[in-house]
Amino acid sequence: MSVTVRAAAPVEQRPRRRSRATLAAGFVVLIGVLAVVCFFSITMGARGVGLPTIWKAFTDYEPTNAAETVIRELRVPRTLIGIFAGAALGLSGAILQGVTRNPLADPGIMGINTGAATAIVFAIMVLGTQSTSTYVWFAFAGAGVATVTVYGIASFGREGATPVKLALAGAAVTAILSSVTSAIVMTNVSALNELRFWQVGSLAGRYFPVFWQTLPFLVIGIVLALGTGRALNGLALGEDLALALGQRVRLTRVMMFVTVAILCGAATSACGPIVFVGLIVPHLARMICGPDYRWILSYSLLLTPIVLLVADIIGRVVVSPGELQVGVVLGVVGAPAFIALVRYRNLAEL
Amino acid sequence: MATTLDVPLVRSGRAHRRRRSTTVTVVLAVIALCLFVLTMMVGSYYVSPIDVVGSVLGLSDDPTNAFIVRDLRLPTAAGGLAVGVALGISGLVFQKLLGNPLASPDFVGVSSGASLLAVTSIVIFNASSAVISGSALVGALLTAVLIYLLAWRGGLSGYRFILIGIAVSEFMLSVVGYIISRAELYEAREAMTWLVGTIGQAGAGELRTLIGALVVLVPVALVLERPLRTLELGDDTAKALGSRVELNRLVLIGLSIVLIGLSVAVAGPIMFVALIAGPIAQRLTGPSGGVLAAGLVGAIIVLGADLVAQQLLPVPLPTGVVTGIIGAPYLIWLLATVNREGRGG
Repeated sequence: MSVTVRAAAPVEQRPRRRSRATLAAGFVVLIGVLAVVCFFSITMGARGVGLPTIWKAFTDYEPTNAAETVIRELRVPRTLIGIFAGAALGLSGAILQGVTRNPLADPGIMGINTGAATAIVFAIMVLGTQSTSTYVWFAFAGAGVATVTVYGIASFGREGATPVKLALAGAAVTAILSSVTSAIVMTNVSALNELRFWQVGSLAGRYFPVFWQTLPFLVIGIVLALGTGRALNGLALGEDLALALGQRVRLTRVMMFVTVAILCGAATSACGPIVFVGLIVPHLARMICGPDYRWILSYSLLLTPIVLLVADIIGRVVVSPGELQVGVVLGVVGAPAFIALVRYRNLAEL
Repeated sequence: MATTLDVPLVRSGRAHRRRRSTTVTVVLAVIALCLFVLTMMVGSYYVSPIDVVGSVLGLSDDPTNAFIVRDLRLPTAAGGLAVGVALGISGLVFQKLLGNPLASPDFVGVSSGASLLAVTSIVIFNASSAVISGSALVGALLTAVLIYLLAWRGGLSGYRFILIGIAVSEFMLSVVGYIISRAELYEAREAMTWLVGTIGQAGAGELRTLIGALVVLVPVALVLERPLRTLELGDDTAKALGSRVELNRLVLIGLSIVLIGLSVAVAGPIMFVALIAGPIAQRLTGPSGGVLAAGLVGAIIVLGADLVAQQLLPVPLPTGVVTGIIGAPYLIWLLATVNREGRGG
C-alpha cells in the first residue's frame, strides 16, 4: 500500500504533504461545515424559518402550517438532493480527471449533459410526458448512452481513450445530439418550454419522488467511487507502471467509467446540467490533500456538496423573493474561479 | 533528411503544390458559385439558372423573376456566401495562430459573448433585428478582447487561451440560460432560433457591412497568409525569420474576430463551420493551401447546409441545425487521423 502512495506523488513539483492526522482532522471539520451549510439551506430562503419551527416540523408536524410544509416538502428534499448530487458530481469529476489524466475532464466533456437533454426533449416530443419524475429516467438513459458512445469512439486505436481523443469524441457526440435537440425544440414548443428550464440546472422544485428515484443509483455510485482510490493512484503512474504493479488497467478503467456514468447520469437527471463543480472541486481537494486519490475522493465527497449548497443558498438570497438557479450561480462564480486556477497554476500537470 | 537540397526537385515540388492548391481553389470557387445560384433557383417557385443570373445582373426584364430572385432569395444566398467565407477564414486563422484544431471561435467563446448580448436584447429589450445584430457584434468583440487580456501572461499560450475561452464561454452561456428561463415563451423561442443561427434572417444593412468588411479584409488576410505560416513555426522561429510577430498576430486575430463578429451579427452563431472549414480546405489543397480555400469551403458548407435545412427536410429549419450534423463526422474523422498518426496524446 505504501508503495502506491509514495509513487503516486509526481516527481517534480511535489505538492506539500500533510500528515494523515491533519487530513483526518480536516475531514471531520468538513463534516461539521457540511452540517452547518445544511442547516442554512433549510432555514434560509424567501421564507425564513427559525430553529423551533424546524424542530416542530419533524417532531410534531402540522400539514396546515405553511412554514412546516415548506421545510418538510421543499427545503429538506432540496437539501438532500444537493448533498447527494453534489457528492456524485465531485466524485465523478475526481475519477474522470484521474482515469483520463486530463485536468479538464468533466461530465460536460463526456457528452452527458447533451445526452440527457436530447433524451428529455425526445420524450416530450414522442410521449408528451410533462413531469419531472418521468424525465429522470429519460435523462438517465440519455446520459448513459452518450457516455458509452463517447468512450467507445474515443477508445478505438492503440493508446485507448487519451485526453485529446476524449475531447474530440465528446465534441462530435455533442454536435450530433445538439443538432437533434435543436431540431426537436424548433418544431415542438412544449419541448422548448421544458428544456429552457431544465438546461440551467437547479435544485428548485425537486421533491421527494425525484430524490427516492435517484437515491439508489447515487448510493451505489458513491460506494463504487470511494473504492477506486487505490486504482486511481496506480493509474496516476501511467498505464505501463500500473500494469507492472499488477493492476488490470482496462478492467479498472471500464469500471470507473461505469461508475462515472451512474453518478453523473443520476445527478444530472435529478438537477439538470450543473457545470464546474465537478471540474473545480477535485482540483481544490488536490491542493489540500496532495496526490493521494483516496484523500482526494474523500474530500471531494464533502467539499462538492458544500460548494453546491452554498451556491444554492446564494441563489436563493441574492434575488429574494425570486431565485437564481444553482447552475447559473456556479457558472457566474465558477468561471472566474476556474480562470484564476488556469492563470496561476499549471493545470496540464496531472 | 539530406543535408544538401536538390534545388530543382524542391522547386518542382513547390510548383506542383502551388498548381494543386490553385486548381483546388478554383474548383471550390466554382462549387460555391453553383450552390449560390442553386439557392436562388429552388423554393416554392422554380427559377431557371439563366433567369437567376439574368435577374441578379439586372439583364432580365421579367418583373416576377426579378422580384423573387433579387428581393426574396438574393439576401439569403449572399448571406450564406458571405457568412461562410467569413467563418471559414476566421476559423482557419484561429486554428493556425493557436496551433490547435479545436480552437475555433465558437469553441473558445467569442460567439457566446455575441449570444449573451443578442439574447439580452431579444428578451429584455424586445429589440429590432438591427439592434440584435449590433449587440451581437459588440458582444463578440468585447468577449474576444476579454479572453485575450485574461489569457495574456507575458505572451499568449494557445492552451491557456483555449481554457480561458471555454470558461468565459460557460460563464456567458449560464447567463444566457438564465435569461431564457426567465423569458416569456415566445421570446424564448425567438432567442433559441437566433442561437441556432440561420442565414435567412439577415437585415440588408448588416449584410452590406459584412460584405464590405470581406472586400477589405480578405485581401489583408491573403497578404498575411505568409506571415501566418511563419507564425505557425512558433514565436522564436518566426522572429528569427524576420517576421514582426506581435504586429502580425494582432492584425490576424483582429481580422478574424471582426469577421466572426459580423457573421454572428448577420446569421447568429452557426456552429461548427469555423471549426471544420479550415482543416477540410487544408486536406484538399495540401500544406500550402490556405485562407481563400478555407473561406470557400465555409461558403460551400453554409450554402449546402441551408439548402438541406430549407428544401430537403420535412419542415424548414434554421441552418445551424444541419451544420452540427455535418460537423460530427468530421470530428470523428479527425479522431481517426489522430489515431493513425499516433499523436493521440
